[in-house]
Amino acid sequence: MPTITYIAQDDSEVTLDAQAGDSVMETAVRNGVPGIVAECGGSLSCATCHVFLCADSTAAFPPMEELEDDMLDGTAVDRQENSRLSCQLSLSDGVVARVRTPETQV
Amino acid sequence: MSDRPSAQRRGTLIIGNCQAGVQLAASLRELGDTDPIVLIGEEAHPPYQRPPLSKAFLKGEATAESLTFRTPDFYADHHIDIVTGEQIVQISRDARGGEAVAASGRIFGFARLALTVGARPRRIPLDGSELGGVTYLRDLEDAAALERNLRTAKNVVVIGGGFIGLEVAAGARASGKTVTVLEAAPRLIGRAVSEATSEFYLRAHRRRGTTIVLDARVTRIVGAKGSVAGVELGDGSIVPADLVLIGVGVVPRTELAEQLGLSVDNGIVVDSHARTSDGFTVAAGDCANMPNPSITDFGNGRVRLESVQNSVEQAKVAAATLLGLDAEHRTVPWFWSDQADLKLQIAGLSAGHDQVVLRGDPESEKFSVLYYRDGGIIAADCINSPLDFITVRQALHTGQAIPAGLVTDTSVSLKKLLAAEPALERK
Repeated sequence: MPTITYIAQDDSEVTLDAQAGDSVMETAVRNGVPGIVAECGGSLSCATCHVFLCADSTAAFPPMEELEDDMLDGTAVDRQENSRLSCQLSLSDGVVARVRTPETQV
Repeated sequence: MSDRPSAQRRGTLIIGNCQAGVQLAASLRELGDTDPIVLIGEEAHPPYQRPPLSKAFLKGEATAESLTFRTPDFYADHHIDIVTGEQIVQISRDARGGEAVAASGRIFGFARLALTVGARPRRIPLDGSELGGVTYLRDLEDAAALERNLRTAKNVVVIGGGFIGLEVAAGARASGKTVTVLEAAPRLIGRAVSEATSEFYLRAHRRRGTTIVLDARVTRIVGAKGSVAGVELGDGSIVPADLVLIGVGVVPRTELAEQLGLSVDNGIVVDSHARTSDGFTVAAGDCANMPNPSITDFGNGRVRLESVQNSVEQAKVAAATLLGLDAEHRTVPWFWSDQADLKLQIAGLSAGHDQVVLRGDPESEKFSVLYYRDGGIIAADCINSPLDFITVRQALHTGQAIPAGLVTDTSVSLKKLLAAEPALERK
């Protein structure tokens, strides 16, 4: 079972057990984690599921593709080196990952 | 609590288990509301996402379970009472609250009332529409039936060349079916996009092997032994079909609002705070007819929008309004549609444009159509061009200019043009 931790702006943390195959976005939305909006439900259309991937979690996910890269230019909080769209971060079994959520998504 | 003998006038009753309803409930809690919240819907399922029903769900890439918005734990933890399978048929209220009666006889009391009742598919009175294999698409049951029928169907006919129809057509075509789209108007998606975008989708679907008939006059659906066999056109010809999807738009569900004596005009009339005409009840989502929320055109005319984003943002405003807080529905409307490998993203509302500029070559299947009025950008249809979409959406938020004369050069990113232009004063 994958485990994912969401760290908010105020450094408060929420850790959830996820379903293998679900994305970091889906897991957050279903459990009502604040800080991830995901208006388009994961179809790479809105850039409102922006997260910063913690350094210890980079290896848990494949690198981004071009469409995600393009969409990241339009996030509400400017992208950084470790920015990802969490709808593209699919959780494999056994993965333990940590992400930070930005101040706002819209 | 729902089985209490007499309905207490406490808390919020939200009618409509949908995107807007879930958001409204969640927003009430985020805003600190601790009163009871009941979210009630007719369907047997807890609230779920509808957009994938015409896309991933039909391909088997989404399931009823994967479409649910929130876990049961979320609703329990937030004390949001989800009631399924109950249809409200009668409501009475005054300034302090009221009661809603379900078809089952159950009574739900409330102090605050929200209508997120959505819309139903527009039905067309066609002979033969009761035949097996003829479907509409709005809810999970519809989608499950459609998915089952699609497995064995060979000849698929879609009546209506709008987003839903074209999304289903694209999926069916990709899985090898013979697909015909019959559109009564002279162009596709005429309600939502300009001629340039319509023309592109016509060519793109035809390139992929879908037959598209414009100006189509459907006279009846024909069948044998209770099952559909074809669709008859005005010239007497019959398009063979073992599956027919009718997707000709939706009609807002206004009957409860009418019963409450609320103003209704192509939807439940609300102000920019999502408040209906009685001054207490709020409404949000596909059912609401609101002052134009577009930042570039705020309050200019009224619109009813059918989109996830509108449901979400209007529901947040409605929640604030119910709690007596000041919030206004003012935004950059946006929409998306996935058809085959074509990603359409629309930013802004293009109604009222006086100039259309093409950026990129439609034949490359990666281009944008930009809409201007009085020299200022008001909207864009972006096909496989997320960067253009994101940039236009941002410009519409900030009021920055994207000069029409410069956008045709696709070697220069819109973002660069944006950076070069000072922000405009918007009215």
